[in-house]
Amino acid sequence: MKTRRAMFRSKGGVHPASRKRATNAMPVEFMPLSKVLFVSMVQHMGAPARPVVKKGDAVMRGQVLGEAGGYVSAPVHAPTSGKVIAISERPTQAGLPAACVEIEPDGEDRWDAARQPGPDWKTMEAKALVERIVAAGIVGMGGAGFPTHVKLSPPAGKTIDTLIINGAECEPYLTADQRLMVEAAQSIWTGVQIVRQILGARRLVMAIEDNKPDAIQAMSAAMEGTDAELVVLKTEYPQGAEKQLIYAVTGREVPSGGLPMAVGALVENVGTCAAIYDAIVEGRPLTERIVTVTGAMVRTPKNLRARIGTPLADLVAFCGGMVGLPGKIICGGPMMGLAQGSLEAAVTKTTSGVVLLPHQAVQQFSSMPCISCGRCVSACPMRLMPNTLGEMIEAEDNEGAEGLNVMDCIECGSCAYECPAHRPLVQHMRQAKAEITKQRLKKATAAKG
Amino acid sequence: MPFDIIDPTIIMGGVGLSCGILLGVAARFLTVTVNPRIEALTALLPGVNCGACGLPGCSEYARALIMHGAKVNLCKPGGPKTMRQIAVFLGVEPVTMERQVALVLCGGDDKTAIRKFCYNGIADCAAAALVGGGDKACGYGCLGLGSCARICPTEAIEITHARLAVIHPELCIGCGQCVKACPKKIIQLVPESRTIHVLCRSKDRGNVVKKNCSIGCIGCTLCTKAAGNAIKMEGALAVVDYTQPLENEEAITKCPQHTIIKRSGRKEVPA
Amino acid sequence: MNEPVEKTLPIAAKEPTWLASSSPHAHSGDSVRKIMLTVIIALMPALAAAGIFFGWDALRLTGVCIVSCVAAEAATRKLMRRDKGIGDLSAVVTGLLLAFNLPPALPSWMAVVGSIVAIVIAKQFYGGLGYNPFNPALIGRVLLLISFPVAMTTWGPWQILSPAAGVDAITTATPLGLVKTTLGTGQPLPFVFDGDTILQFFMGAKNGCIGEVSVLALLIGGMYLLWRRCISWQVPVFYIGTVAVFATILWLADPTHNYNPLFHILTGGLVLGAFFMATDMVTTPVTKTGLMFFGIGCGVLTMVIRKWGGYPEGVSFAILIMNAFTPLLNRMTRPRVFGHGQKKKQA
Repeated sequence: MKTRRAMFRSKGGVHPASRKRATNAMPVEFMPLSKVLFVSMVQHMGAPARPVVKKGDAVMRGQVLGEAGGYVSAPVHAPTSGKVIAISERPTQAGLPAACVEIEPDGEDRWDAARQPGPDWKTMEAKALVERIVAAGIVGMGGAGFPTHVKLSPPAGKTIDTLIINGAECEPYLTADQRLMVEAAQSIWTGVQIVRQILGARRLVMAIEDNKPDAIQAMSAAMEGTDAELVVLKTEYPQGAEKQLIYAVTGREVPSGGLPMAVGALVENVGTCAAIYDAIVEGRPLTERIVTVTGAMVRTPKNLRARIGTPLADLVAFCGGMVGLPGKIICGGPMMGLAQGSLEAAVTKTTSGVVLLPHQAVQQFSSMPCISCGRCVSACPMRLMPNTLGEMIEAEDNEGAEGLNVMDCIECGSCAYECPAHRPLVQHMRQAKAEITKQRLKKATAAKG
Repeated sequence: MPFDIIDPTIIMGGVGLSCGILLGVAARFLTVTVNPRIEALTALLPGVNCGACGLPGCSEYARALIMHGAKVNLCKPGGPKTMRQIAVFLGVEPVTMERQVALVLCGGDDKTAIRKFCYNGIADCAAAALVGGGDKACGYGCLGLGSCARICPTEAIEITHARLAVIHPELCIGCGQCVKACPKKIIQLVPESRTIHVLCRSKDRGNVVKKNCSIGCIGCTLCTKAAGNAIKMEGALAVVDYTQPLENEEAITKCPQHTIIKRSGRKEVPA
Repeated sequence: MNEPVEKTLPIAAKEPTWLASSSPHAHSGDSVRKIMLTVIIALMPALAAAGIFFGWDALRLTGVCIVSCVAAEAATRKLMRRDKGIGDLSAVVTGLLLAFNLPPALPSWMAVVGSIVAIVIAKQFYGGLGYNPFNPALIGRVLLLISFPVAMTTWGPWQILSPAAGVDAITTATPLGLVKTTLGTGQPLPFVFDGDTILQFFMGAKNGCIGEVSVLALLIGGMYLLWRRCISWQVPVFYIGTVAVFATILWLADPTHNYNPLFHILTGGLVLGAFFMATDMVTTPVTKTGLMFFGIGCGVLTMVIRKWGGYPEGVSFAILIMNAFTPLLNRMTRPRVFGHGQKKKQA
């Protein structure tokens, strides 16, 4: 094993206060089962899952509740044994309504009888391994929730020579991946090797930011004696973004609108690798994940291993409740997370954290005209001109924004983080991107029919 | 000395003359010939260029009518009157058509509807809808940030102080721009003559609606009994079927949530 | 069509206690007001130096400019029914910078005229802070210079430490003006630019606009701005560097009619301009490369005006002319977007 520093440094990026100290030394605790688990059918990118159970059905842990709604989709499994009490429509973390299976646990937490540990993965074919990953409902656990099997099935003729394991966790506050690396380095490593075997990747790189020395130590111990590399990244946001990470490690730029496989690289999150280990070696589908519950308004911040479908309110209650009324409730990290209207939403496969910020940290603002300070231009990791884009979109010039590559925006929030005029730049980008996507779709359907 | 004036005069005069000739030549060769029939037909159209017909403007609609045989009843602002004029001009059979006006199917303003958080961001409905689906606890509620009002060509939409979009039917030309602009899809075009409406679009169950809004439809079905088949249930939501006649105002009084209202159409409003 | 009253919605009702907005939910904490405050602090050493060298007059002019700029800003915003008044402190900065660009003996009423022009015409008519294409303080100064050329070029007497033989040590011109007039009448250079004079010019005991004389004080403020990330190093470095290179070429070509490059750096408004005016965020490019070209352009124009122009000093004009190029520079120096170009073959 080789340990080295990242060779390439992408332009842009910001350095928000990491605030990980509250939880980065806290061992992961098991979150007790909630009274009702709300298992959403939208936990991944792509088509929603289709519920296959009915109200009143008794389910076992690991039983399929919803089957994949398409190729780019993933099945959803029962997080525990119990009874389906309703199939309702509930808002997701993004606030949009989605089908949801409500389960009342019976407290016995029995696994589905059909579950069995798989044969030795080293003897298995790539196709069989991918099939097991599909069946286990594994999606990218870093945040976007892209179904993992799609990434692991490159079209014929595309080779992936570099597999990068993302342990950067560049979002402030979150420590879920860090704790996972410290506590479950061996299962991550096994998962990584399974992925490598599927892809036949020549080069294997583990990337961790230098503010997690304990994770670096644990992972290098697990990787000892292999040909894999451990790349220590300089702490910077958004280092863990897929395209930026590939550049930092390999110096290759993923072309605009392309997938990482276009440059022969693939990025998997450490959480995903651990889930792959669970699925292949232990035969357990994805039914739980680590969630960091933190922020100044949480009495005792913790890292919790919580079942999918656990309401956020229960997580906060298990952490001693709130110190006072929060100023903002965020699902995910503060840079890219989703602000919540309440704690009603439930944990999904991509919920890496729940952050409750105090009022003074989220003072309301009203934006001023751009003063052209250029900080957003310096901060943008995609080297866009957020100032110009923001003004264009404000003037409803979406075509102009498209011409200036607004579609390349990764919504990392670096521009708005830096903006002294408090302009809602990311929201502008989101709005334009949504509008342009709609127009493109319309054009595509018009061209077809 | 006085002859000093001659050179500049000749030069400037020459420049002016040659420019004039150039313009004259250009006018001759670059003229755009307009079909006089299209021009005459364009004059019959209201000229608001709202795009409701699906074409970029009134003159394009006139062109489409003459060149491509477009339907005569596409001009919504013009209504039946314009339709008849077009039909007479083109010598075709007029069709039946009723003017339509837009209606916001939500009555939940800041006084009646619960908000789940304080929204801080761009004052635009489409942008706000991207943040947790909007600040209204009800997922089908009017966000009241005026995306519809800004796009309305006749300023027929008022955003009340309690942040609710209200369309004034007497000003509405039925172009349908607001219907497209609303991210919550709660604006609908209704026949102008209709007066009784259910101002709610929430598909939520009654108990959820009650929690979120004091004037939302809870699906009690009392109105359907009062209104015959003009109000139908779609799940837990009462929906007016505008193809069925509805004169009976009993539905309004029967509604326990005061979701059903009477809105005067264009004709009843004194000028 | 209905215009939105506010671009960003402030919170109206108080019932739900928490906010929700689009990500990011973290912010660097910097604001326009803080930036302006930093600039004001950075200008304080130069103000102190002005007080030492010009006494009461410097403080009088500074006070008049600040008060009239802030008053003009508040009044215009009210008349134009714009929200938010003077809280961003940008009018204070404009007032300070305008005062720093005026000769100490200027009558107060002229300073008021300059302030009103700077704020009302050069700033608010364009839409206020963020929309003005030209540096307001410089517009104010240039308008005064054109309208009241005598008052704007009347200075008190001061003594040069190392006069050349046959030239009086006492003069009532600025160093640049003195050089321009003496060379214009065919005489040799008016003083010896030796160590004493360099130190004298560096410390600030010379004629000039009130804020520009002490290079030392300006450098202290400039370093503070750089440290606080309020300005990018590109502008001062390339501006002053270009002037130095230009002046060196002239000096090497003809040492009898040109001083060494230090003279051009230490005199006139170059250091004030390079650190405080050519770095104004609103009127300069946003890209680092753009700022580099901006600095170079300012340097060339300054030297061209100083050497061959009608005015002895060209910093104000140079910066204003380059302000006009800002949109163009922004377009030309757009960074290559990640994943675009370069690697097209792989796509």
